[in-house]
Amino acid sequence: MGTGSDMYRQQILDHYKNPRNYGELEDPDFTHVGENPSCGDTIKVDVSLDDDGETIEAVAFTGDGCAISMASASMLSERLRGMTVEELDAFDTDDVTEMLGVDISPMRIKCAVLGRQVAQDGAKIHRGELDPDADRTRTEE
Amino acid sequence: MGVQEQYPFDVEAIRDDFPILERLVGGDPTSPGQDEGDDVDLVYLDNAATSHTPDPVVDAISDYYRSYNSNVHRGIHQLSQEASVAYEEAHDVVADFIGANGREEVIFTKNTTEAMNLVAYAWGLAELGPGDNVVLTQMEHHASLVTWQQIGKKTGAEVRFIEVTDDGRLDMADAEAKIDGDTEMVSAVHVSNTLGTVNPIRELAELVHDHDGLIFADAAQSVPNRPVDVEDLGVDFLAFSGHKMCGPTGIGALYGRRELLESMEPYLYGGEMIRKVTFEESTWEDLPWKFEAGTPSIAQGIGLAAAIEYLEDVGMERIEEHENLLAEYAYDRLSDLGGVEIYGPPGDERGGLVAFNVEGVHAHDLSSVLNDYGVAIRAGDHCTQPLHDELGVAASVRASFYLYNTVEEVDALVDAVREARDLFA
Repeated sequence: MGTGSDMYRQQILDHYKNPRNYGELEDPDFTHVGENPSCGDTIKVDVSLDDDGETIEAVAFTGDGCAISMASASMLSERLRGMTVEELDAFDTDDVTEMLGVDISPMRIKCAVLGRQVAQDGAKIHRGELDPDADRTRTEE
Repeated sequence: MGVQEQYPFDVEAIRDDFPILERLVGGDPTSPGQDEGDDVDLVYLDNAATSHTPDPVVDAISDYYRSYNSNVHRGIHQLSQEASVAYEEAHDVVADFIGANGREEVIFTKNTTEAMNLVAYAWGLAELGPGDNVVLTQMEHHASLVTWQQIGKKTGAEVRFIEVTDDGRLDMADAEAKIDGDTEMVSAVHVSNTLGTVNPIRELAELVHDHDGLIFADAAQSVPNRPVDVEDLGVDFLAFSGHKMCGPTGIGALYGRRELLESMEPYLYGGEMIRKVTFEESTWEDLPWKFEAGTPSIAQGIGLAAAIEYLEDVGMERIEEHENLLAEYAYDRLSDLGGVEIYGPPGDERGGLVAFNVEGVHAHDLSSVLNDYGVAIRAGDHCTQPLHDELGVAASVRASFYLYNTVEEVDALVDAVREARDLFA
């Protein structure tokens, strides 16, 4: 004991206190907002694509929430750059926990995956596969 | 030191009745039962969510299953008679405990929420309509808030909310303005599960009775930890849950004034609640069985009675005193810590719980760090989302105390909060 939770290793705390790519993109190809009602976490993700319409050129996010959700969104914003939308679609929960580099307790997984879910749903709305009004992103049972 | 000397009873002797308090935590929550990594003492401060169960209550439940398990009210055989007598007498124990006028005024339900729904459906749907209003408080638990909100939508009755003052008390001037000649029901939480406020139920009862309305007290956070008497409070209905007062889950009780319960139609239909049935018609059993359709929670009802007997042996005044002692001590120590915002009124006029936030630390992060120190507290909105909106926060953490908690456990909480604050600073 002594230094607190294993879930809050230095990297998580660093991204929470100094979030990367925090803000908005000027002219994003798609943007989406999601929430985790039980925690009150809210995240908005902006994504710009390269001219090929496939490769992610830039990601920015804003939001309010716990350290896990904010750090996860911050790390994701760095990770997604250069990936294709197809790779974003395939980014699963295991990829999120691997990216975070810590064990996330079962009760907190929904915090960790919120940013990822918002980005994926944003891409789906962009492709016309989701109704942006009817299908608000929520990472909760 | 010193605070321990003010304990109104032998807390260590009480703790011996709760073996769960001895366990260690810190293991992998994905593999329950594995001891590897379990290395800190459990500090259980989530009693407003559910309390632990002492050995005499576990024994009473176990004794039912081991020696006279049977269905009630239908068998002529000895086991059924023994089970029926024990289950019926459990109603008498509850009635005596809250000052009701006999078992006819005590209906066993699943929990407080079901008791609230029983009255909302059986009384509310029949009695409410456009032009009527139901008055709640802004500090209602969702059990009351959501239920009356939805009954309001079904019946056209208006639902009003008495405001909360900046120091976390009920605004009684607002209560006088909102309770009027069209008020059919006031549904008010006795002790707030978030603010710890002890609401003036008796004053509210007098107010609404002056207008010929009724009052329902949500006593889920008061019956477990202080003397509650339905006659003294002047309430028409009152409800509480067994699992917050050393009893099992799956059992709660609704108190209702006899003439009201007699005038109400049943909420659930089926076996056990009928007297005579033909293909065309049915008549209802006497109170309270008219409202207890189907095989009831027999072991749980017997367990609830055992829990009440356990609490009465300690003494409700002394349990209230002990909770106040711990709540005041926690309030003072957390206030002294700095960077901690505590909700609800200060002083000794509060229930045994303290909800708070630490500056710069999300409630769920705080709860996760506290868990590493073995400290179990609630994080979230505590089923009072609109109240949290009023407070301007999405969530808070809540430490809640019971008869077996100690000053040392409050110290462990405060130490862990300090560690969490420093971790995120």
